Amino acid sequence: MERDFPIVQVLSEEGTIAQPEYREQITKELTMTMYRHLIRTRMVDRKCVSLQRQGRIGTYVPYEGQEACQVGSALALNDGDWMFPTYRDHGAMMTFGRSLTQTLLYWKGRTEGCVPPEGKKIVPPSVPIATQLPHAAGAACAEKWKGTKNAVIVYFGDGATSEGDFHEGLNFASVFNAPVVFFNQNNQYAISVPITRQMKTKTIAQKALAYDIPGLRIDGNDVFAVYFKTTEALERARNGGGPTLIEAVTWRYGAHTTSDDPSRYRDQEESKKRRETTDPIKRVERLMQREGWWDEEWVNQVQEEVNAEIEQAVVEMESYPKANVSDMFDFVFAQPTWTIAEQKEAYLQWKRGMER
Amino acid sequence: MITKVGVKSLTIVQAVNDALRTMLKEREDVILLGEDIGKNGGVFRATEGLLEEFGEERVMDTPLSEAGFTGAAIGMALGGFRPVVEIQFLGFIYPAYEQIMTHAARMRARTRGHFTVPLVIRAPYGAGVRAPEIHSDSTEALFTHMPGIKVVCPASPYDAKGLLIAAIEDPDPVLFLEPMRSYRAFREDVPEGKYTIEIGKGKKLREGDDVTVIAWGAMVPVAIKAAEEAKKKGIYADVIDLRTLYPLDKDIIAESVQKTGRTVIVQEAHATGGLANDILAVINDTSFFYQKAPAERVTGFDVPVPFFAYEDDYLPTPARVLHAIEKVMNF
Repeated sequence: MERDFPIVQVLSEEGTIAQPEYREQITKELTMTMYRHLIRTRMVDRKCVSLQRQGRIGTYVPYEGQEACQVGSALALNDGDWMFPTYRDHGAMMTFGRSLTQTLLYWKGRTEGCVPPEGKKIVPPSVPIATQLPHAAGAACAEKWKGTKNAVIVYFGDGATSEGDFHEGLNFASVFNAPVVFFNQNNQYAISVPITRQMKTKTIAQKALAYDIPGLRIDGNDVFAVYFKTTEALERARNGGGPTLIEAVTWRYGAHTTSDDPSRYRDQEESKKRRETTDPIKRVERLMQREGWWDEEWVNQVQEEVNAEIEQAVVEMESYPKANVSDMFDFVFAQPTWTIAEQKEAYLQWKRGMER
Repeated sequence: MITKVGVKSLTIVQAVNDALRTMLKEREDVILLGEDIGKNGGVFRATEGLLEEFGEERVMDTPLSEAGFTGAAIGMALGGFRPVVEIQFLGFIYPAYEQIMTHAARMRARTRGHFTVPLVIRAPYGAGVRAPEIHSDSTEALFTHMPGIKVVCPASPYDAKGLLIAAIEDPDPVLFLEPMRSYRAFREDVPEGKYTIEIGKGKKLREGDDVTVIAWGAMVPVAIKAAEEAKKKGIYADVIDLRTLYPLDKDIIAESVQKTGRTVIVQEAHATGGLANDILAVINDTSFFYQKAPAERVTGFDVPVPFFAYEDDYLPTPARVLHAIEKVMNF
């Protein structure tokens, strides 16, 4: 199966273009766009870990190492497409248009972080594993019935493939030929459980065979492979070709969440090694150097701009108006039921008394 | 038989069919999904004829996957449709419980109203038809406990149609429980075309000053029968059909209990954690000092809904309800 589903690479670890047919499309401009987003997602992730350590946001889910998966796939989307992310996909959400401030608000426990920017169909991250796959299939059916050319991307990890909803989502989408791309980030660990304990199959892509849909395995640390292959899958979906399963093979450098200690279940030397070899940002830098596109001044400028954006977002997050208790009651139903209305009134009255 | 103009004499299952047909005609965003609902017309024929009339894009036979098609329906609702899902039997809903609990019921709350899920989940429920295992559950309390979803349970054809249309038009998710045992038990005049019954409102079926009997769904005929027996003994009962299980009609309960001071609640489901306890809470909060006797609950037992050889002993009967009525009268 590994031979039937080889890992597709467009940009090698050394920064050379492995597939000549993409050479013309890999322009300086596209490369710089990718690079800017990669740097941004990584810097945001590191900042969030540090904010969590300082107690300025809650438990945080880092994705460092998986930036190419998230940036490449999100840049492949059209504005009208749907995104169904997991809790580790805020890199993709930000690349698709969710603001940094909203991202931070989400990790600060605020519902404001779940409201997408105007016109963007970014559904809030799914926390229960694999449950978002059926949603994506349904939203894709909805677009098909409305006669749009919009497609859907849904993210999930390697562990999610063991859940029933993974099967039910792929099966439903394939039966109804729904325009959806199932984008798997195989970072090879579900918290502590390695992929060899998660499945007997050597690849995730091969599971597409069971649904008779295209399945492919790509280098998830190669932003160009991710971008081109996701674009192709989305185009196929838009044009009536139905769903695709993409397995992007990657690696999370750090912990599952800021509450997790990966040294309990794996040798972190592996992460160190991968930072030097397969890192998604390093290889774009190598490409830029090879092609003569490397411009130290521009890179510094990008970093400064991202830094300023992050600092601004942190200020906005921390000066955001205090959470309004009423919001907890007011958004459960379009019209609150009498139980909620009574509970709200009684609680607010008690609280006012306590504050006096 | 005299047939009135614009009125049809229908059973509950026919009234459900009529409501679905009415709404498929009325709104293009209404779609039906479920197992065997298309060509087969549903195992109870609730969707009979709808595939032929509206096509397979609007009446979808889905793969056998309660979580999958309920989840897909959530995605369709996010995408602007009003899906009506059929769960073949309430006892088969549990794989979809996660989808309902973690997504359908809280999408509005977690997105401050940006994304909403106007989804209806229909499910026949209850025992008393000699069905195989797991086909007889009445676990409504698993859903009345779930914040963010309304739970509706009609007992008559007229209410079934009006409440189902109201559920489809509701901007939030609604679980619509259909009393399987009453599906074809009796007929009632049902108006043609569209009408709605307000969700959250109960109905007084019998007037009496002595005792309040509260029931819903398949227990309503049991309560009525008990009330009629009581009447023969000179005890006059208010019989209330709750019709909606969340949110409860607090006013109709309080008004009656404050009049009678004596209450019997009839619940098919297991006793512990059941809806009857929430009704007791309403009585406690609204009518504590009006009570002349401790309220009685006639319920199923804290056992799995049994194999049908035992179901007559599991289910509340008119005799058990009558016994409870006499107990509160003689307190």
